[in-house]
Amino acid sequence: MTIAVVRFPGSNCDDDARYAFESVLDARVRFVWHREPALGRVDAVVLPGGFSYGDYLRGGALAALSPVMEAVRAFADRGGPVLGICNGWQILTEARMLPGQLARNPSLHFLCQDVHLRVERSDLAFTRHYRQGQVLRLPIAHNEGRFYVDDATLAELEDSGRVVFRYVDAAGRQLAEANVNGSRNAIAGVVNERGNVLGMMPHPERAVEALLGSDDGLGILRGVLDHLGRTVPAS
Amino acid sequence: MPVSLRDSAATFGLSPEEFDLVVEHLGRDPNALEAGVFGALWSEHCGYKNSRPLLRRLPTEGPQVLQGPGENAGVVDIGDGWGVAFKMESHNHPSAVEPVQGAATGVGGILRDIFAMGARPVAVLDSLRFGELSEARNRYLLAGVVHGISLYGNAIGVPTVGGEIAFDPCYQENPLVNVMALGFLRHEDLKRGTVGEVGNTLIYVGSKTGRDGLGGAVFASADLSETSDADRPAVQVGDPFMEKLLLEACLEAYAGGLVAGVQDMGAAGLSSSVAEMAHRAGLGVDLYLDRVPRREEGMTPLEVMLSESQERMLLTATPGRERELLEVLERWELDAHEVGVVRDHGRLRLFEGKRLVGDLPVAALNEPPTYTRQGVEDPAIARLRATPIDVPDTPDPAGALLTLLASPTIASKEAVFRQYDHQVMTNTVVLPGRGDAAVLRVKGSRRGVAATVDCNARYVRLDPRLGAAHAVAEAARNLSCVGATPLGVTDNLNFGNPYLPEVYHQLEQAVEGIKEACLALGTPVTGGNVSLYNQYRSGDGYHAIDPTPTIGMVGVLPDLERRADMALERDGDVLVLIGEAAGGLGASEMLARLHGLELGAPPPLDFEREAAVQGVVRSLIQDGLCDTAHDVAEGGLAVALAEMAILGDRGLDATLPDEASADDRGAPDGADASGDAGASDDAGASDDALLFGEGAARVVVALAGDDAVAEAEARCAAAGVPCHRLGRSGGNELRVRTARSAFAVPLTSLRAAYQRPLAEGLR
Repeated sequence: MTIAVVRFPGSNCDDDARYAFESVLDARVRFVWHREPALGRVDAVVLPGGFSYGDYLRGGALAALSPVMEAVRAFADRGGPVLGICNGWQILTEARMLPGQLARNPSLHFLCQDVHLRVERSDLAFTRHYRQGQVLRLPIAHNEGRFYVDDATLAELEDSGRVVFRYVDAAGRQLAEANVNGSRNAIAGVVNERGNVLGMMPHPERAVEALLGSDDGLGILRGVLDHLGRTVPAS
Repeated sequence: MPVSLRDSAATFGLSPEEFDLVVEHLGRDPNALEAGVFGALWSEHCGYKNSRPLLRRLPTEGPQVLQGPGENAGVVDIGDGWGVAFKMESHNHPSAVEPVQGAATGVGGILRDIFAMGARPVAVLDSLRFGELSEARNRYLLAGVVHGISLYGNAIGVPTVGGEIAFDPCYQENPLVNVMALGFLRHEDLKRGTVGEVGNTLIYVGSKTGRDGLGGAVFASADLSETSDADRPAVQVGDPFMEKLLLEACLEAYAGGLVAGVQDMGAAGLSSSVAEMAHRAGLGVDLYLDRVPRREEGMTPLEVMLSESQERMLLTATPGRERELLEVLERWELDAHEVGVVRDHGRLRLFEGKRLVGDLPVAALNEPPTYTRQGVEDPAIARLRATPIDVPDTPDPAGALLTLLASPTIASKEAVFRQYDHQVMTNTVVLPGRGDAAVLRVKGSRRGVAATVDCNARYVRLDPRLGAAHAVAEAARNLSCVGATPLGVTDNLNFGNPYLPEVYHQLEQAVEGIKEACLALGTPVTGGNVSLYNQYRSGDGYHAIDPTPTIGMVGVLPDLERRADMALERDGDVLVLIGEAAGGLGASEMLARLHGLELGAPPPLDFEREAAVQGVVRSLIQDGLCDTAHDVAEGGLAVALAEMAILGDRGLDATLPDEASADDRGAPDGADASGDAGASDDAGASDDALLFGEGAARVVVALAGDDAVAEAEARCAAAGVPCHRLGRSGGNELRVRTARSAFAVPLTSLRAAYQRPLAEGLR
């Protein structure tokens, strides 16, 4: 069983994702270069964070046109799990595999800090290691993280339960000041209709060891592995 | 024509005498290309002609040194086969003209120095200086510099993990942007900037060469004046995306054994990289300028040689592996060309096609004339230093504490650090602002690496030798406070015009101070950078900035599980001050902020005491007895305690010792030549001296349990170091008592004062 971590020129969380899956979770990772037209035999795909193509033009806009993205789309269409983190989520929206867009933070500043996230549903493979309503502490690090969708799509996302994470305070309350990047409905992560493509702004791969302050992100990565029908021992 | 070239030698950055020297080296008059290359390599920025004789005094050796000065960066051994490459460089003048790109390219340049050593860059720290935050222009410069660091570091994916920011009117027109970078490498992967052997091929890789940054080395070595705004094209534009590709391609090529030598193209561009690489091998190079990829039409050979376009490297291919090397570089979508061949003639021969357009002796290019001057102290500084401190104790210590916490130099830098990605690469164990130094893990090892940058320029101004020694001592203390053993230093000497005797005096004395402290604390200097001609305009003319010898230091934590930061971790911990109870007010932040006085002597520095205090603190942390420590620096004990409380989000109750015990005080400071006693020290321990006095070798630790306290006291006694129980952590107020007064401030007020200045300054 192998996880593909796609490397675009300018990806910079590719190695962090590899480390989290390999060294912490004992899974196998294969880097897939953006020019490769096929993923090979892999069981899950991670689009890592970074500044693909320097984020020139718009975050994720050029990466979405990479040859590998056709393979990623086909993989997702077959039900394979795809996790897009930060720039990876931006790429998924630019590739129209997930709705909406990630716009500049209202402060116009890069934001690197811990945030609290509320798990809105725990029935997804990605979130089955959490309780619904559980509050996680994960880091964010982005310039363009303000999730935007039009009203109709927002209503559809909410009604169909496709909002997976929301920015909240430590007590789990959805407050304006906790919505650090001004996302619509404080949305920090959404999933596609089928439930196998997840995009999220916070970085679960940065929160997999107590040494670095939080291991709250482990559950999401374990969820990716569970998708493969693999049982991952608890920590 | 030769006569006119000598007359215009200054346009090449050469004095008429230096021009004559060039003629002597060549045995003929140079052409304009040759004069230009000499001028760039003999500039202060590349050739260190005014500082080299001084820098030779610095200690550079130690068993931990894998690579000392003279390469792209120094390297120290941290054990287990791992090394840390590290170096600091300034980008002051570019940042004054164009803060965003000036700072961004500063980051890009220092990262190239690190991966030129074969190391993967793992962290950046910055030491920044601006004029007062209250002025709009300084806020513009601060915001621009922070944005520049953030846009480059974040995009390339190297975390910015720490640093310092200070504010003083002397930096109003000439901010300082000193960037330090670290990289990890296995010992066997160490690379050097050499052309290797005769017959080797030199490969140019990276961005195309343009006219940007043309003459930057000369620009950085010239007085910054009103005309500088017209120099805007001399500031380069950074492309972190290109550098990320360059970084990954180089590391892949090294791993494949395809590279025999490597150097980045920094100041003076292709000229300096090829000349230095040839010089280290004692060989020559035939360089084919027409093969250098160009961004613009019609560039002259001199423009190609001096361009400081960013994101370019020069590689020596491993013989026989040229094709494979080019393939790796091309896979990373980089422009790569064979531009030179290594020869045994000891010359740098420049060709345009078949035409020889320049022929230069490699050794002479690398051995600029050096100048030793006579420094004279400015008598006004001596008077300020000798001025007795005569201020009444503050009637409102709580108000004074809030004022100091809101001093932008002391205040929280969180608003800055949150703009930097400080966590990418998932190695950052102690986050910026939370400990006295940044702490990184080394994946695959139990060890950790700590790094810090420090300088109190007010101390250096009032006493260059003592002040510079303080910078070294403080850096080592900061490392010790996270549990790291200091290993090595990179220094960035920011001074004014060295031709002014009072500036030369500062430079010379500061180098002496660094030397003394590095020898005493066992931290050799493995490299660094000199930035001269930093000055500002005021009334009657130009004045040098405060002399600012920034010290970057790295250390090793033997076991990462045993480390400390400054945040109070638990209620009920016992707070212990290790070191003198009271500090001095001379040159203090308190005197500056509350009384508007920047005078008096900086506190004395006893190296033996410093080493002893640091040794005790390190031993407590490394033995697992302590996880909370903070040094007492600007603002004194009250500020140190407040910071520990704010970051730990818990209060404390402290009773400061009635008076410093007599035997602890007035220890003769043999190592320090200044001879001026801190004027306030004679007066005994006033409340101000206890609360806000500054001094070396003072650290507050928070200890859990009586056994740890007893052990700490025993270790202090054994080391001959005073220590004082101050009180305990807990509650939601900072409560401080002296024999004469008491005050309490809620944490919320402390935090508000501490966080406001930078948050508002960056809005």
